[in-house]
Amino acid sequence: MIIETTDLTKRYGHQTAVNHLSLKVEEGEIFGFLGPNGAGKTTTLLMLLGLTQPSDGSAMVCGLNPLRMAREVKRHVGYLPENVGFYGDMDANQSLEYVAALNGIGRKDAREKITDLLELVGLSKDARKKTAAFSRGMKQRLGIAEVLMKNPKVLFLDEPTLGLDPEGAIQIVGLIQSLNQNRNMTVLLSSHNLSQVQRISHRVGIMIAGSLIAEGSIDALAKESFGLGEREYSLEEVYMKYFQEV
Amino acid sequence: MQGLIAVFRKELQDQLSSYRFVILFALIAMVSFITSYMAAVHMRENLEALASTRFPFLMLFSTPGVMFSMVQFVAFFGPLIGLVSGFDAINRERAQGTLIKVISQPVYRDAVINGKFLAGVTTISIMFTAILLVISGFGLALVGVVPGVEEIWRLFIYLLISIFYIAFWLGLSILFSILFKSIATSALASVALWIFLSFFVSLGAEVAANTVAPIDRQNETSPEAVLQHARIQEGVSLCSPMILYSNATATIIDPMRKTTRSIILMGPMEELLSARFQNPLGLGQSLLVVFPHIIALIAITVVCFAISYAIFMLQEVRT
Repeated sequence: MIIETTDLTKRYGHQTAVNHLSLKVEEGEIFGFLGPNGAGKTTTLLMLLGLTQPSDGSAMVCGLNPLRMAREVKRHVGYLPENVGFYGDMDANQSLEYVAALNGIGRKDAREKITDLLELVGLSKDARKKTAAFSRGMKQRLGIAEVLMKNPKVLFLDEPTLGLDPEGAIQIVGLIQSLNQNRNMTVLLSSHNLSQVQRISHRVGIMIAGSLIAEGSIDALAKESFGLGEREYSLEEVYMKYFQEV
Repeated sequence: MQGLIAVFRKELQDQLSSYRFVILFALIAMVSFITSYMAAVHMRENLEALASTRFPFLMLFSTPGVMFSMVQFVAFFGPLIGLVSGFDAINRERAQGTLIKVISQPVYRDAVINGKFLAGVTTISIMFTAILLVISGFGLALVGVVPGVEEIWRLFIYLLISIFYIAFWLGLSILFSILFKSIATSALASVALWIFLSFFVSLGAEVAANTVAPIDRQNETSPEAVLQHARIQEGVSLCSPMILYSNATATIIDPMRKTTRSIILMGPMEELLSARFQNPLGLGQSLLVVFPHIIALIAITVVCFAISYAIFMLQEVRT
C-alpha cells in the first residue's frame, strides 16, 4: 500500500470535513477520487501531504507519516492543486527553474530536465512565453510539468481537467495515463468528469460529506449497487445511485 | 536550507527588478541628495563662523538645511520603504495561488517567510548603504572634509540602526500581509499604523501627560507635578518606533548630544555637566546613552517577525 489512512478525521470547529476516512491506494494504480464539491477531497489530499494537521487518525504515504515527516513525503509526492497559480512575470522556463531550485536540483540538471518536461507536456514552443499569457490548458500542462520536476512516485491531481476544452482535457488525461503506464506513477485523481475517470482509473472512491461511502473497481461498485445486471453500468449511473442513497 | 536559498534568490530578484523598488529608490535618493546638498551649502557658508567643529562630516547628516536633516528624513519616510516592500508578501502569493505550490515542494514552510524577510532586509540594506555612500561622496566633494575613523564608525552604526528600524516596518507589513487576505487591506492597515505610531503618538503623549499630571499655568504647580508631566510625556512618546529611532540616531550622529532626555528631567549635576563641558562624547559613551533605545528597536523588530512567523506556521494554506 503506497497510501493508507486509518480513521483520518479533520474537524473545523463543529464541522467535520473528513470523517473517519480509511483509504487504501496500491502502488501503480490510478485511483479516482470522486465526490461533490465540499466533500472533503482537497482536505484529505492536504492531510496526506502534511500541509494540514488531521484532528484524529493517521495516514501513511510511501511508508512515511506526513504529520512528522512532511518534507520527506513532499519529496515523493507531487501535488497539482485545483487552480494552480503561477508568477505572471515569469516565463515557463523560469517557472520550472524556480520549482527545480525549491527541489534542490542543480542548475545544470535542471536545464536538461526542463527541456524534457516541456517536451513531454508539449510546451517546448512556449518556453519563453510569460505565464500570464498562458491559456488555461497551457497552465494546467505547465502545472503538471512542475509537479513532475521532482520525479515523484505519487501524483495528487486535484481537478486537473476542470474548465478545459475537450481537446485539452483529452491531452491531460492521456498524459496522466502515460505517466502511470510508462513511469509507474501512482495517481490519486480527483475529478468531476466521470467518463474520463472511468476511462483511466483502476479503482474509484466516492466521498460524500466527509465519508468514503464506496470504494473499489467500477465493475465491483456496479455489482454492489445494481446487483447482477445484464448490461454494463457507466460510472455516472453508479455514482448517481450512491449519491441518491445518501 | 535549499528552500530558503531558492525563495531568497527569487524574492531578491523580484524586489530589485520591480517598479516599486525603482520608484522608491529614486524618491529616497532624490530627497537625500537635496537635504544633504542643502546641509552642505549651509555648512560651507557657516563653517568658518563655527569656532571649532569637531565632526564636520557628520553634520552633513544632522544639519537641517531648509526643512529637515537626512536623519529626520529617514525617521519619517524610512518606514515607507519597509512597508512598501512587504505589504503584499504573503497575500499576493495566496491570491494568485502560488503559495500552496511552493509549500507543497519539499521545503520547510518557514523557508517562505524567512526567505521573504531576508530578501526584504537585503534590499533595504543595499538601498540604504548605496544612498549613504553616495551622500558621503557628494559631501566630500562639496564641503571638502575627510571623515575621520570615529565618524566612519558612527555612520556605520547609524546605518545598522536604520536597517533595523526599516526592517521593523518590513516585519510589520509582512505580518499584515499574513493576517489580511486582501492586498488593499494590508496596505491600508500598514500605512494607518505607520501614521498612528509616527505622528499621533506624540500628540497622544501630550494628552496623556495633561490628563494624568495637569500643569496649571495660572497657579503654581508643584515641581513634582511638572516632573511627572515630563516623565509621562517621554514614556508615552517612546512607544513610537520613530521617536526611539530619532533619539538613538541623533545621539549617534551628533557627538555633542549627551542625553536624549529633556532638560527638565535631568538631575542637577547632569544639567551642570552638560552646560559646562562642551567636549563631544566618545563613541562608546554615545552608544551607552542610547543603548536602551537600540535594544528596544532590535527587540520590536524581532518580536514583530516572531509573531508573523508563528501565525504563518499555524495557518492553513489551501490556495
